[in-house]
Amino acid sequence: MFSWFANPLRFMRLSNWLAPLCYALAALLIGWGLWQGLWVVPKDEYQGGDIMRVMFIHVPAAWLAMASYMAMAVMSFIWFIWRHEVADIAAKSIAPLGAVWTAICLATGSIWGKPTWGTWWQWDDARMMSVLFMFFLFLGYMALRASMDTRQKAARAGAILAMVGAINVPLIKFSVDLFTSLHQDSSVITADGPKMAAVYLWPLLASGLGHTLLFAGLTQTLMRAEIWDRRTAQANAKLMAEG
Amino acid sequence: MSPAPIFSAFRQALGEAWAGGAGALLPLGFFAGAAVLVPLGIGTDPQTLRAVGPGILWVALALSSLVTLERIFQADTEDGTLDLWLQTGAPASAIAAAKTFAHWLAAGLPLALLSPLLALMFQAEASTDLLRNAALYGLGGLAFYFWGGVGAALSATVRRGGLLISLIALPLYVPTAIFGALSMTHGPGSESAPLFLAASTLFALAAAPFAMAAALRLAAD
Repeated sequence: MFSWFANPLRFMRLSNWLAPLCYALAALLIGWGLWQGLWVVPKDEYQGGDIMRVMFIHVPAAWLAMASYMAMAVMSFIWFIWRHEVADIAAKSIAPLGAVWTAICLATGSIWGKPTWGTWWQWDDARMMSVLFMFFLFLGYMALRASMDTRQKAARAGAILAMVGAINVPLIKFSVDLFTSLHQDSSVITADGPKMAAVYLWPLLASGLGHTLLFAGLTQTLMRAEIWDRRTAQANAKLMAEG
Repeated sequence: MSPAPIFSAFRQALGEAWAGGAGALLPLGFFAGAAVLVPLGIGTDPQTLRAVGPGILWVALALSSLVTLERIFQADTEDGTLDLWLQTGAPASAIAAAKTFAHWLAAGLPLALLSPLLALMFQAEASTDLLRNAALYGLGGLAFYFWGGVGAALSATVRRGGLLISLIALPLYVPTAIFGALSMTHGPGSESAPLFLAASTLFALAAAPFAMAAALRLAAD
């Protein structure tokens, strides 16, 4: 199955219509989610009043911060084992996007935290710390790739680091969990189904799916740019060789 | 396969770490210097110092491991030693582990042995707890060296790789630092923290050599 996707031509044909489709659906879903979240749903005084509306960005960003690191690690793994170039291009493209969504998650979390908990930043909060270290893992990955002198070396070094990071993420998560946590527990994914009122849940799910689609669309666009870049380099080299 | 290349890597690394300027004194000097700056920065109130002392020593230990690790694989890449080792047929992971372990022995362990003295300067009570803490610093330092070794191997071909190692390795240091600092407090969870610290060190010993080996094969290309 991986090999089917590994063909750059097939990827280019697929992403040619899939990426715009992702953008269109993302615009609809995020638009509806934000409209519901900002104007329609009642505010929840217990979560700080109007400021809780930031949830419709914060929670999708947090979900994407985790998911994008895992996606990057899986792509690195696929590249490392089967050497499918498209997987490496995907990992490379996910890194900056993942870092941006992780930063959004941290920023919106701080903005929500200040009026409700009275602090911008809490060092002994487990989730804040895990997301912060996730952010550093993304930065380290990008810095390492940037410092390698060839594409192949950047891919190999990046893949090793992403996999080492991925096996450490559960350990980091567990170690910071040993601290007492200020953060509320998840109210969307629980054993007995969502605890959240439906009026909040649907806009949140729409926003989450919209952000995911936006992320997918941007990843494809960055991957297309990278493939065009490689083709240009190839064509250039050919021209140079022919004189 | 004979284990001779592994021993030779170990001896070479030990000699390198020991001879690279004043034996263990250099990392000790860095460790003590970093720790001694703290009272100057945060004030000399004995209560505060007693509270932050163990944590400061963890930070100083992490920093000094990063500094000593910067060049452990770089010199081997430059002078071709690495290529020869990889040709011997000895597992690269064992060679990397032997080198990292030798550096811990020459630079990490002395810091742990010095820690009771520094702890006293941070107003800790003189008791057998200080010896127990020294053992914990030694154990945690081993995890620092092995994860830092991954960063060092990945950036072996990078000029000015030191900053890169810090960025790569610091997130990997988190569990060890947290378990280590927690095991020196009396808060909730502090009884089991030494066991978690030992577990995270064992995990580093098990996982890091393979990552280092993959990174070294990359550096040799």
